[in-house]
Amino acid sequence: MPNRLELTGITKQFPGVLANDHVSFAVKPGEIHALLGENGAGKSTLVKMIYGIMQPDAGEIRWNGEPVVVANPKAARKLGIGMVFQHFSLFEALTVLENIALGMDAKIPSRELESRIREVMETYGLALDPHRTVATLSVGERQRIEIVRALLLNPQLLIMDEPTSVLTPQEVEQLFTVLRKLAAEGCSILYISHKLHEIKALCDTATILRGGKLVDTCDPKEETSRSMAEKMIGTGLKDIVKAEGRAFGQPKLVVNRLSTGKTGHFDVPVDNVSFTVRAGEILGVAGVAGNGQNALLDALSGELIGDDREAITIDGHGIGLMNTTERRRQGLCAVPEERNGHAAVGDFTLSDNSVLTARDRLGMVMMGLINSGAAKTYTGKVIADFAVKALGPASTAGSLSGGNLQKYIMGREILQKPSVLVVSQPTWGVDAGAAAAIHQALVDLAAAGSAIVVISQDLDELRALCDTLAVINMGRLSAARPVKDFSVEEIGLLMGGVHGSMETA
Amino acid sequence: MDLTIAILVTVVGASTPILIAALGELVVERSGVLNLGVEGMMLLGAIAGFVVQFHTGNHYLALICGAAAGMAASLIFGFLTLSLSANQTATGLALTIFGTGFSALAGASYSARPVTLMSPIFPELAAHPVLRVIFGYSFPAYFAIFMVFAIWFFLKRTRAGLILRAVGENDLSAHSIGYSVIKVRYFAVMFGGAMAGIAGACFPLTLTPQWAEGMTAGRGWIAVALVVFASWRPFRLLGGAYLFGLVMTMELYAKAGGGPLSAIPSELWAALPYIATIAVLVLISLRRDASTNAPACLGKPFMPSN
Repeated sequence: MPNRLELTGITKQFPGVLANDHVSFAVKPGEIHALLGENGAGKSTLVKMIYGIMQPDAGEIRWNGEPVVVANPKAARKLGIGMVFQHFSLFEALTVLENIALGMDAKIPSRELESRIREVMETYGLALDPHRTVATLSVGERQRIEIVRALLLNPQLLIMDEPTSVLTPQEVEQLFTVLRKLAAEGCSILYISHKLHEIKALCDTATILRGGKLVDTCDPKEETSRSMAEKMIGTGLKDIVKAEGRAFGQPKLVVNRLSTGKTGHFDVPVDNVSFTVRAGEILGVAGVAGNGQNALLDALSGELIGDDREAITIDGHGIGLMNTTERRRQGLCAVPEERNGHAAVGDFTLSDNSVLTARDRLGMVMMGLINSGAAKTYTGKVIADFAVKALGPASTAGSLSGGNLQKYIMGREILQKPSVLVVSQPTWGVDAGAAAAIHQALVDLAAAGSAIVVISQDLDELRALCDTLAVINMGRLSAARPVKDFSVEEIGLLMGGVHGSMETA
Repeated sequence: MDLTIAILVTVVGASTPILIAALGELVVERSGVLNLGVEGMMLLGAIAGFVVQFHTGNHYLALICGAAAGMAASLIFGFLTLSLSANQTATGLALTIFGTGFSALAGASYSARPVTLMSPIFPELAAHPVLRVIFGYSFPAYFAIFMVFAIWFFLKRTRAGLILRAVGENDLSAHSIGYSVIKVRYFAVMFGGAMAGIAGACFPLTLTPQWAEGMTAGRGWIAVALVVFASWRPFRLLGGAYLFGLVMTMELYAKAGGGPLSAIPSELWAALPYIATIAVLVLISLRRDASTNAPACLGKPFMPSN
């Protein structure tokens, strides 16, 4: 039996970067094949060429033994290649049915399409109402649309691009069940991820890329997570160095019955949230996206100002009525989830972006005049300390890749040595090496006596980084407990909360 | 009674060009493109329609040539904003300035030369004192209403309409699924141009049988406002167009003086469509729960990342 997909010597050159350098590997029928690598390792480029979004400069793609040229995504679907994107290519204002119809090349009457959708959903246990508007669906449900859309074409190869980054552990299990069932029926799956324990649990083979080159093809069940991670980043992986049995100091950040009103369009407000973070402590807030994390961050940073001065206190001073600038003066710095446009202004230079948040704490403004020398020096230090890949302080924030911008933003706040730091998704889109550096910087900041709140959807990150953990669901926060006392299942159930029971109904 | 009938007939006549132009702009905006050149394209359609009617005497040929002129102008807009990713707002404004100037130049030698108006489709019923409210109009009035249904059906029920909405809602996703965003938008922009051209040609062919510089008198801007007022829905557009037409007719009566209408200054009547549009925009933004129905990609140039 020929290989389902075989790549030989695939090369793709971008201006200044060799994205793929003679990459060759093969996927067998019914195999779940992992594609592993850090950001910028060339995974996405490779997959885009398989799916026909880009064309390779050199090399050959063989499909079921025959050499093929995949001219565009339509041609890919015709061959039997389906793809589920990391950022869903969905249309929020349209219904599930309309979204799926758009992804179909053949013209199918909507009634017939609907019955076929129901059939696929039945077979694979994917519950969805075809007539709901996408804007009203949870992330997990949105992913199901993409999967159903791909499955309707009876694919022989399904490409999944980082499918679990937004799912609860239970949703991940459901997804794996579907994927295993598909593989058992002979459909090959190309699974892109950097979550190593998932790859160990799911995949038969793993191909590891680094800097555009193929490093290794291995059996993930015979590797350890650590050995695969080291192949990915090319050097030994550093563990977070955390002093054991540290004693925490006095309560630093105390939040008492904090509630916010309804803010954005689809945003969940926080509802009567209370917690305490002591000096030296890192509190993790776990939860599925869209459960009030944004409102919590905005309420802490001062973007949303409440009506109770004592709802938020730092060292006993009520800051509940202060705005962002005043809170920064009090020592509270914050990093919102959205990097470009919220945490940084894309068209501004890094230097100017530093002035925006560090001006008071580091004296970058004197009598209304910007001390650009100080801003430049500070920005240069952030770039050097956090290994930001940028030409210098004069580069615009928008010219940085997502991971590098994240490193800059985290560095900009951490080096201000805030006494309270609130961060959302500190390592989102950042590769493993840089993530470890950011984690270490956070731990060091805590060790120096700061109180830190980390809001994240990445459970691995929270479990490795935090001292205490609380789970947010529909705007309500569970009681914080030492992170060691939680099992993954328990966190998952708390994360699912009301949400999960609604979806399974 | 007679006055009421007369007013209603005037309202339909005044509303028709706005409705036609707004329908075109609605399709353009649903595809994610904001073309502020409606007024300019209407003037080009008006002068083209006038000249053809003046020389050939054929009203339908004049309408077709008006459409062609509007479409040609929209292609300039399309090339600049779609192929070259120019700023849509600035390009649309430039198109309006261009259309105003060019039509004035081309029409300079035609001023004060009369043409004939289009005759009603049902001449017998048009003479009836009451039934003329429904049957008393020439072709464009019925064409406009037909197009309301046609565009609703196209957007809601056809695959091409679904693709057009998808492109306006999320161009990058549509691109990644494999639809040609630029092609869809070109078609939409050209359709909008043709509709604006027809709307412009309605002025010399159905309202005032001569050429006058800037004779569309800002109706193109009302059409743009109307699309927002109707929150991008064809049937609301129909109601909105007649409502705006009524207000504009009131303005005329107020200007002419006499009767209770002149109690309100005509300038206030003239401002009403814009005030109403602003009021609707405020109402829309107050409705936080549901989507505003505005196409999510409206006015943003399409720039695929690779």
